[in-house]
Amino acid sequence: MAVRVQSEDFDLGAELEALRAGRTDIGALVSFSGLVRDDTGDLKVLELEHYPGMTESALTEIEVEAHKRWELNATLIVHRFGPLKPGEQIMMVAAASPHRKAAFEAADFLMDFLKSRAPFWKKETGVDGAEWVDAKDTDEDALKRW
Amino acid sequence: MKLDVVYFAWVRERIGVPRETVETDALSVGDLVAELRAREDRYDLAFSDLSVVRVAVDQTLSDFDAPLKGVRELAFFPPMTGG
Repeated sequence: MAVRVQSEDFDLGAELEALRAGRTDIGALVSFSGLVRDDTGDLKVLELEHYPGMTESALTEIEVEAHKRWELNATLIVHRFGPLKPGEQIMMVAAASPHRKAAFEAADFLMDFLKSRAPFWKKETGVDGAEWVDAKDTDEDALKRW
Repeated sequence: MKLDVVYFAWVRERIGVPRETVETDALSVGDLVAELRAREDRYDLAFSDLSVVRVAVDQTLSDFDAPLKGVRELAFFPPMTGG
């Protein structure tokens, strides 16, 4: 179980290698990475703000809950903050389990809770100025299925 | 009592500072919000629609009914948008 909040980029492949290095008990490794998407071609910068201290504890709490619900060998959450450009990596989660279904479900669970329970906020700066990204009702609704 | 209050995202922008120490006798988070709104327009603007403001008490998500007794750090911010 690990959580990292950082401004620097990460190497998705290297993170997954490190997660399974030296282990023979993992049968399934699911990962997700979120990228800065530019829908209109106007996005210049996506600024990620967070609440240092609470961010780490909120992410750890979400991980602990995932380990209670599924049989997991390991989990990892890496989330960046600061200014990011279109196409850059924002974050990743990985869930390792003996079995595929648990790994998929746990990764999905981590993402759903991370989106609306970890203290991050996004601000988009485009050609016409800057705007905070609103939370979606569907993100809150997604928590109900767990 | 004195407590540290921190603000994030557009709540921080509307209030104009990321962090401040507030002197108050308010008993709950909601009472403090009402007190701040009466003090200055920038607070009134930031807290005009509480349905889009979230509260953390000592870095744990909470709500406007939470008591302030013993609290060290209070945070106000919009609904979170991680991932």
